[in-house]
Amino acid sequence: MTDANSQAMAAAAARRKVLEGLKTTDNLFRWLTQSSAYLVLALLGAIFVSLILGGWLAVKTFGFSFLTTEVWNPVTEQFGALAPIYGTLVTSAIAMLVAVPISIGIAVFLTELCPLSLRRPIGIAIELLAGIPSIIYGIWGLFFFAPVLQRYVQPELIAFFKPFPILGDLFAGPPYGIGILTSALILAMMVLPFITAVCRDVFETVPPVLKEAAYGMGWTTREVVSNVVIPYTRVGIIGGVMLGLGRALGETMAVTFVIGNAHRISESILAPGTTISATIANEFTEAVGDIYTSSLIALGLILFFITFVVLALARLMLMRIEKKAGA
Amino acid sequence: MALDLAKYRRRRLHSSITVTLCWAASALGLTILAIILATLLFKGLAGLNLKVFTEMTPPPGSDGGLLNAIAGSLVMTFFGVIIGTPIGILAGTYLAEYGRFSKVSSVIRFINDILLSAPSIVTGLFVYEVLVRPMGHFSAIAGAAALAVLVIPTVVRTTENMLLLVPNQLREASSALGMPQSLVIRKVAYKAARAGMLTGVLLAVARVSGETAPLLFTALNNQFWSSDINAPMASLPVVIFQYAMSPYEDWQRLAWTGALLITAAVLSLSIVARYLGTSRTPK
Repeated sequence: MTDANSQAMAAAAARRKVLEGLKTTDNLFRWLTQSSAYLVLALLGAIFVSLILGGWLAVKTFGFSFLTTEVWNPVTEQFGALAPIYGTLVTSAIAMLVAVPISIGIAVFLTELCPLSLRRPIGIAIELLAGIPSIIYGIWGLFFFAPVLQRYVQPELIAFFKPFPILGDLFAGPPYGIGILTSALILAMMVLPFITAVCRDVFETVPPVLKEAAYGMGWTTREVVSNVVIPYTRVGIIGGVMLGLGRALGETMAVTFVIGNAHRISESILAPGTTISATIANEFTEAVGDIYTSSLIALGLILFFITFVVLALARLMLMRIEKKAGA
Repeated sequence: MALDLAKYRRRRLHSSITVTLCWAASALGLTILAIILATLLFKGLAGLNLKVFTEMTPPPGSDGGLLNAIAGSLVMTFFGVIIGTPIGILAGTYLAEYGRFSKVSSVIRFINDILLSAPSIVTGLFVYEVLVRPMGHFSAIAGAAALAVLVIPTVVRTTENMLLLVPNQLREASSALGMPQSLVIRKVAYKAARAGMLTGVLLAVARVSGETAPLLFTALNNQFWSSDINAPMASLPVVIFQYAMSPYEDWQRLAWTGALLITAAVLSLSIVARYLGTSRTPK
């Protein structure tokens, strides 16, 4: 009797011990996952704080004029971010002008026109384009694309636009091969697959009934795309474009190869220029003196801020269309 | 009636123009991919020989290979992924399992998506500020840390997505048997989402192994063999950058060969990842 009792007590104690052990690991695991998740938040905060601290000296020395001066002179230690900011914005803008229509075209092709058997292979091929490291675009741009532009395209552009008043200045000057336009075109190739992927995904959220009804009314493919598909997915397309823009603004290596690294603002888009990321990549390891390094980090802060805003807007828009698709 | 027919013809014409343009856009995309790969093969194969894998990076004008750069890339990618993956998986687990509907989670998700596409050069600056400057010198550790910062958001995203695909009945059934939640996640959810999570890690490896910008001022570069992770280390992308920008023809040839190697590695990794992801992911 007592023997059985003590046996039962021992079993209960053992049971409690196992359960308590489980409880500890359960809590530990939960705590681990939670702190890892918070680490992601901390990471963003840490990046901002470290860039602000690193760039503080430049901000304090040059103040607001850092954003508005074009001078970049390591010898006299005068630094202004206007030329890189200008280069970043202009290359990205041209890249978007080129890439967005092409991306939407490919996405329409993949969702509406392409034979089903080709859909996957072509989709994968476009995604491979996204997988190629940016340095490959850089070396290809420098040794293949820039010479081709220099020899065959840029002389034609210069000759063609010469008679026009404003366009003539835009396409003026000797055909360097490298420069703003070349960088912009390479950027366009790089962001193309990102925008295409988003557009394809949002096009697929259009309810087939809507399209079928439109086709049933006798609409042509073009009319269905421009009156049903695109209006229905507008927010998503804009989100995808912003996502591509975020990539283009921050892209470093491909641009560094072909931009020419010239700290000036030229009227001509054929002229060499520089972008924020290219300036940092080219000069950071060679920067001597605290103020030079600090100015480069301040440039990084500006870049991070711009891309943060653009990417945040992109996400907000994509979240809106996800909600719509879910509802 | 005749007027209607003209209108109809115009609509047909407009439509076929649009359709043709869409075909042309796709053809253009595929052509760009083909030209890039063809140039890479053509220029890269010319310099590809056994020496590339057995000898160190040479000074200009003499023979050499890329051994130290290849090894450096492998080492830093390995450490970057080893550091970044567990954090990414744990954070993804929190977002999908514990905090699926909490407000903080949606903020973390949002921030993570931004980090996913944030400029990688900024990561380099960040690691320079927090590791290189305090340590006083460039090192492979800093390079690996910069890569880890890039690995984390990728892994978080795929882990969360894959765990969300695991049917809830599996979790409910295990909980009904009295399994504590952490065991349900580790023994049931992870098992069901294994293939997809592996895909995520492989995609992260593919992404960081081609990254140049974050290594430029963290790991720097090294002309010689180095197995000291506390010292500057060469990596394939940085060597390609340095050699391609140089005026020496033999350096440029090596850069092309390196470019071919790295593209082949990255693309085959992402193809394998895609294959794994489509064949065994829970639907």
